[in-house]
Amino acid sequence: MGYPHKSHPRETAVLSKYFGDAEARTLDGWKKRGGYRALEQALQMAPADVVNVVKDSGLRGRGGAGFPTGVKWSFMKIGDGKPHYLCCNADESEPGTFKDREIMRWTPHALIEGCAVGAYAIGAETAYIYVRGEFTECIRRLNDALKEAYAANILGANAMGTGKRIDVYVHSGAGAYICGEETALMNSLEGKRGNPRIKPPFPAVAGLFGMPTTINNVETLAAVPHILINGAEWYKAMSLSSPKSTGTKLFSVCGNVARPGNYEIVMGFPFKDFLYDLCGGPLPGRKFKGVIPGGCSVPIQTMEEAEATMMDYEGFVAQGTMLGSGGVIIFDDAQSIPRMTARHARFYAHESCAQCTQCREGTAWTTKILDRIVAGQGTFEDLDTLLEMAENMTGKTICVLSDSCATVVVSALQKYRHEFEALITGKRSSSVAATPGAAA
Amino acid sequence: MSAHTHAPYEPVFVGARKQELDDVLKRYPTKMAALLPALWIVQEARGWICEQAMTEVAAQLDLTAAYVKGVVSFYTMYHQHPVGKHFIQVCTTSPCLCAGADKVVDAFLEHTGCKELGVTSADGKYTVIEVECLGACGFATPVQINLDYVENVTADKVPQILAGLK
Ligand SMILES: Cc1cc2nc3c(=O)[nH]c(=O)nc-3n(C[C@H](O)[C@H](O)[C@H](O)COP(=O)(O)O)c2cc1C
Ligand code: SF4
Ligand code: FES
Repeated sequence: MGYPHKSHPRETAVLSKYFGDAEARTLDGWKKRGGYRALEQALQMAPADVVNVVKDSGLRGRGGAGFPTGVKWSFMKIGDGKPHYLCCNADESEPGTFKDREIMRWTPHALIEGCAVGAYAIGAETAYIYVRGEFTECIRRLNDALKEAYAANILGANAMGTGKRIDVYVHSGAGAYICGEETALMNSLEGKRGNPRIKPPFPAVAGLFGMPTTINNVETLAAVPHILINGAEWYKAMSLSSPKSTGTKLFSVCGNVARPGNYEIVMGFPFKDFLYDLCGGPLPGRKFKGVIPGGCSVPIQTMEEAEATMMDYEGFVAQGTMLGSGGVIIFDDAQSIPRMTARHARFYAHESCAQCTQCREGTAWTTKILDRIVAGQGTFEDLDTLLEMAENMTGKTICVLSDSCATVVVSALQKYRHEFEALITGKRSSSVAATPGAAA
Repeated sequence: MSAHTHAPYEPVFVGARKQELDDVLKRYPTKMAALLPALWIVQEARGWICEQAMTEVAAQLDLTAAYVKGVVSFYTMYHQHPVGKHFIQVCTTSPCLCAGADKVVDAFLEHTGCKELGVTSADGKYTVIEVECLGACGFATPVQINLDYVENVTADKVPQILAGLK
């Protein structure tokens, strides 16, 4: 089922199959749809065998970085005598991304099952789902589902009657984009300010509460039960670009487009068909101008680049950007790229945790300069200053929030420089409509 | 409330709320990890988190009040001051801005009588703020009113939304 639209015939609905189907939220409804068979199966396998199936499937992290999930899991040393932890990253705060929310509010048991399987595979008795505080509906649905799962002895001291303990808890954040960064998330869960930690040590060595920890995105974990039930080969085959990028991926689509929403497609799908066929193309009388395809932190693509893209990890890189979180933000010819870029920069300035000077100062100054340009008071030197600052913000900080801000600004300047220049010379092209509020 | 009357502070963590905190503590190997959940319990009970509540939370979790304040101030969702009965948060991050979020903000400011962002209306009913991405960008413009999302909000729907608030 699609949500909020019906599934398009060219979608491949695995994770999104029950979006919009309220019955799938209950334990009974979920079991009728095949739920918890994968957990039952996993608990009868050796943890290393579960890891191997996931490794063979080619599943890569859906939170942004695309790291192979099975490989990440294999970093956890089973039998080291320490408590292990699984953290599910449900902070979903990357602008343009709203897929994990649908997984949690329509199919909470899918995530709980994925967490339980993941915890078992890495030798953890406890999994925490860290949900951004704003997602009160997700938190409520997950807690309702957890109550059912505990009452049915699917979780707890004797998970599915196997004598193994698996606990899954929901932990609510309290408003901070940076807590989606994995080490900041761990600090936040521990009851601290959400400041990212210097790595190494990596989480698999010393993570949550100083113990070996794995962090995975919601969509990553929700895919795991399907892989166990249907096999690694099935997952790999659901791709136009296997073996490098495998399986299905949820793309959240927003901005100036006829049909915003979530779409699930196989890796390697042609982006042009995706934009014009699945998403319905531009709004009436408008034309697409540019696309940020992987959540706000990846480079913007021109339409020429976007229309030549195959939608997988390698395909987006080949066309000057990254797959990221799969949050597709579309701007049409009524939008001003400088104005949108200034607003992106403001986002990073607001969300910087302010530990690193380059980030704290860089994001603030970048915003100030961009606002000035948008207000028609910029100079050509400002453009050089922006690029110099971007260089100073890249590769020098504790986490990559700083780099993301730089990436966004540099790509906009490279690909839409004429729009910035038009604002500086006072010759706004007709495609750059007036920018209400920009001077404020 | 008159500035001269200082109502005595009533502890949050008594009865059912103390029980709730005790249950939360069982989920974590450290007491400190219960800090964010404890602060949520306070905010749910009182609407905001005052200094005395921070001191109370600190005592419950063997932390210092200064530490608790440091954490409270990091997170944007914890209120360190009272807010309007209906706390209205409009996403204006770029994906919503390009779909017209700025006009939604203006409509809320006008129709609530708040006039300015972050200022509570004279009748104490409303506070309007802009927030960063609410994770509902495909339903532009999403607005969070207290705990609930209202989606696909456009400026013309604002009077009707406000009329529906109890
Ligand atoms: C600033 C910042 C914000 C992030 N936000 C999120 C997020 O909201 N959700 C998420 O899953 N990953 C987020 N990540 C990526 C995580 O650090 C981490 O790589 C991911 O959760 C790992 O899970 P995966 O391997 O399943 O993708 C963020 C990273 C950075 C640097
Ligand atoms: S780069 Fe920015 S957000 Fe990341 S740790 Fe440094 S200051 Fe914080
Ligand atoms: S940008 Fe507004 S909800 Fe994401």
